[in-house]
Amino acid sequence: MPHVLTRSLDRAATTFVVVVAACGILIPLSNLLLPVGSVFQVPTYLVALWGKYVCYAILALSIDLIWGYCGILSLGHGAFFALGGYAMGMYLMRQIGTRGVYGNPILPDFMVFLNWQKLPWYWYGFDMFPFAALMVVVVPGLLAFGFGWFAFRSRVTGVYLSIITQAMTYALLLAFFRNDFGFGGNNGLTDFKDILGFNVQADGTRAALFALSCLFLIVAFLLCRAIVTSKLGKVLIAIRDAESRTRFIGYRVESYKLFVFTLSACMAGVAGALYVPQVGIINPSEFAPGNSIEAVIWVAVGGRGTLIGAALGAIVVNYAKTFFTSGVLAPYWLFMLGALFILVTLLLPKGIVGTFNSWRMPMRQKTIAADAVSAAREDGVSEPKMAEQGP
Amino acid sequence: MLARFIAPFHAFLLALVLIAFTGPAFAGPFEDAVAKFTTDDFSDSEEAVDAIASSGSPLAYPIISALKDERLMFDADTKKVYIKQEDGKAVDAATGAPVDAIPDSASAVSLNNKLRRHIEAALGGLTLQSPNLDARISAAKSVFKSHEEAALPAVEGALAKETDRTAKAFLAQARAAIILFKSDAAEVDKLEAVATIRSRGDQDALAMLSDIGTDQPPAVAKAAASAVSSIQNSLAIWSGVQNAWYGLSLGSVLLLAAIGLAITFGVMGVINMAHGEMVMLGAYTTFVVQEVIRTRYPGLFDYSLLIAVPLAFLVAGAIGVLIERSIIRFLYGRPLETLLATWGLSLVLQQAVRTIFGPTNREVGNPSWMSGAFELGQITITYNRLWILCFTLAVFVILLAMLRFTALGLEMRAVTQNRRMAASMGIATSRVDALTFGLGSGIAGIAGVALSQIDNVSPNLGQGYIIDSFMVVVFGGVGNLWGTLVGAFTLGIANKFLEPVAGAVLGKIAILVLIILFIQKRPRGLFALKGRAVEA
Repeated sequence: MPHVLTRSLDRAATTFVVVVAACGILIPLSNLLLPVGSVFQVPTYLVALWGKYVCYAILALSIDLIWGYCGILSLGHGAFFALGGYAMGMYLMRQIGTRGVYGNPILPDFMVFLNWQKLPWYWYGFDMFPFAALMVVVVPGLLAFGFGWFAFRSRVTGVYLSIITQAMTYALLLAFFRNDFGFGGNNGLTDFKDILGFNVQADGTRAALFALSCLFLIVAFLLCRAIVTSKLGKVLIAIRDAESRTRFIGYRVESYKLFVFTLSACMAGVAGALYVPQVGIINPSEFAPGNSIEAVIWVAVGGRGTLIGAALGAIVVNYAKTFFTSGVLAPYWLFMLGALFILVTLLLPKGIVGTFNSWRMPMRQKTIAADAVSAAREDGVSEPKMAEQGP
Repeated sequence: MLARFIAPFHAFLLALVLIAFTGPAFAGPFEDAVAKFTTDDFSDSEEAVDAIASSGSPLAYPIISALKDERLMFDADTKKVYIKQEDGKAVDAATGAPVDAIPDSASAVSLNNKLRRHIEAALGGLTLQSPNLDARISAAKSVFKSHEEAALPAVEGALAKETDRTAKAFLAQARAAIILFKSDAAEVDKLEAVATIRSRGDQDALAMLSDIGTDQPPAVAKAAASAVSSIQNSLAIWSGVQNAWYGLSLGSVLLLAAIGLAITFGVMGVINMAHGEMVMLGAYTTFVVQEVIRTRYPGLFDYSLLIAVPLAFLVAGAIGVLIERSIIRFLYGRPLETLLATWGLSLVLQQAVRTIFGPTNREVGNPSWMSGAFELGQITITYNRLWILCFTLAVFVILLAMLRFTALGLEMRAVTQNRRMAASMGIATSRVDALTFGLGSGIAGIAGVALSQIDNVSPNLGQGYIIDSFMVVVFGGVGNLWGTLVGAFTLGIANKFLEPVAGAVLGKIAILVLIILFIQKRPRGLFALKGRAVEA
């Protein structure tokens, strides 16, 4: 174990962990202990806002793990995030109890409204936190496992995989919009009261959730680091750069992909579960294909295949979003976001962190890296995939 | 001299006419009938309706329709009846002369259900002989629905005079409906009536025959029951035909949206997420063309789409070339990056259109030759859907011919099959790339013209088609236009046959899941091109 830690914690990674840990401790403390109005006191709304960013950072990490290190571009990761969120939302709904508008001790308000007589079977057990917490990981994980099991075994790769992941989240979007699907339809789940007996609106709960999000960000980061610096990580990178060659050497490519895809989906689910109590609502729009693509661009901005970059990208882009959409520049935000997509892919293909790293890299290492890239090119990996096709 | 003599004579005549209409001394059966409304008694009103309907007065129709809409006002004190017209003005019901205002003491003649049926029958009878063919047909239809015994003489009278075949058929059905429900009709007549209604064969006939009451003779009941089952069978077949037609129609829309993508994605391998926005630009081009025509040359409105098609092709095509030259050419061989960049582009284009034209839907009109519908058996086919189907197939054929027979098509195929070889043979590959992308975008623009006729023209228009278009191309097989054709129609028809079973949303979800599963089985689509590459 210590060996794994020393291997995965280089200087940058250590800095990242320390910074996140410091934020996770200092921000809640300043919010709770300092008097309101003090210069150093962080207002509660900011705690909730930054908590949201941290959840997005975990989602971005999960995407970077598969895209940056295994070359799987999922355009449906928002679905795993939302599923985790719904699992947590269901727990929170059951906690409302008789405090709902209709006061039904078992049925959530929307079911009473729809004239449902009893709880659907898939809502059973969600009144218990451990079960709900398990489902947060299991449901996205199972979906990803099933999906990946089919997709990777039949060698659906690249763009095709991206498109069917998008179809998956779109299908879920349509399904969750339906009232008779049993998840609140259009309005989703909201009006939460308690989490583990604490009021979700209270400052203390919000601060605790923020600290918890930071903790999970650190855990997720260390997990990803441990994977990518291990031998497993090397195989993943090999799959990313030359999938067929890796297969010919004798690795079971689909098993590696399936493992990392499922793990990534579980991480996204946890991110969603932490997100829901902090924003107070989960509705089907979280499944919108646009959300998943936006999450991918966070990773691209921060730097694909750097992990730290992914987390940083999520925070930077979302901070910019909050900043611009709340001011006079609001009508131009989509222009900026769109331009960001275009400029980053054209001019900054390695992202912020990737570009920064390549500046710092000594000359000798650069040539080695360049050689590796051109070797990959000769394999036809990066060549235009236009051969052997005709109208 | 003559004029001086005639003028006073005219005045005298006019005076006579006025006296004839207003003077109580000339009160005839029509005026008496109108006066009956003032008692506000249901049976009196009924008699009045019958008398007015048979009076032949030009005021009969306005009076009875006013009564139906409770616009017929009566004043019990002065024994006057007024028609409150829809524009708020009032006329005297007995004379048709305008009055300044209806007295406050007047109130509407009250109605009950029996009276309403009488009114329906009377109105049907009144319009059964209208000079307007459509009015006659709709009157016959309404008599068919009400099958009020009172209308029988009117129907038979109209039937004798009718010359138009369609109208005659409707009148015969109306007559049959009345006879079927007439308690004292002969059994033979009733059997004949059942046969006539059976030949109509639609939902209304089905409803009527399955609800003929219990007091019918057994032979009639039996005939009706067999007619019901035969109509049900034929209706089931027609609903299949209808689903197939809807499916074809949806398929043509999908094909139209996807065909440009089949070029950019299928032939070039470029994932263009801004494809839907090209469709949207085409739709907005149509909007602008129609706006210009509306304000400057209103007479050309019927040609607006013909003008919009080439313009939309040029606008979307030019933007496509611009995109290829400025963004996509730097990203060849990096399909995932292309995907992200074009997604960003789609956001920019959407927001640009939103800024220029506003976020709300814009009105794009149907030219006269695209509006309306016709009936084919038991299904209704709207002209716009039919035209879109024809248009789609035309675009498809032209595109195929272009790829097959023109120099650009040849170069495009060469570059697609082997880029380096094509370049060695002297083909300017980068020019071909730009033109191919422009072609795909231009076709998306044309699709926008057609889709503006059936969809809301808003900045989000393209978003709704992008996922479906990718599904079609991937399902059909990348790099194969025929695959796209088959894919689009298969998905369209499958969707429409699933819809009645599972509901619209669940049907769509089922289709998406089926495609996801299908891709696992055949990762290269229905019509995969065989290649020797390990990873193509």
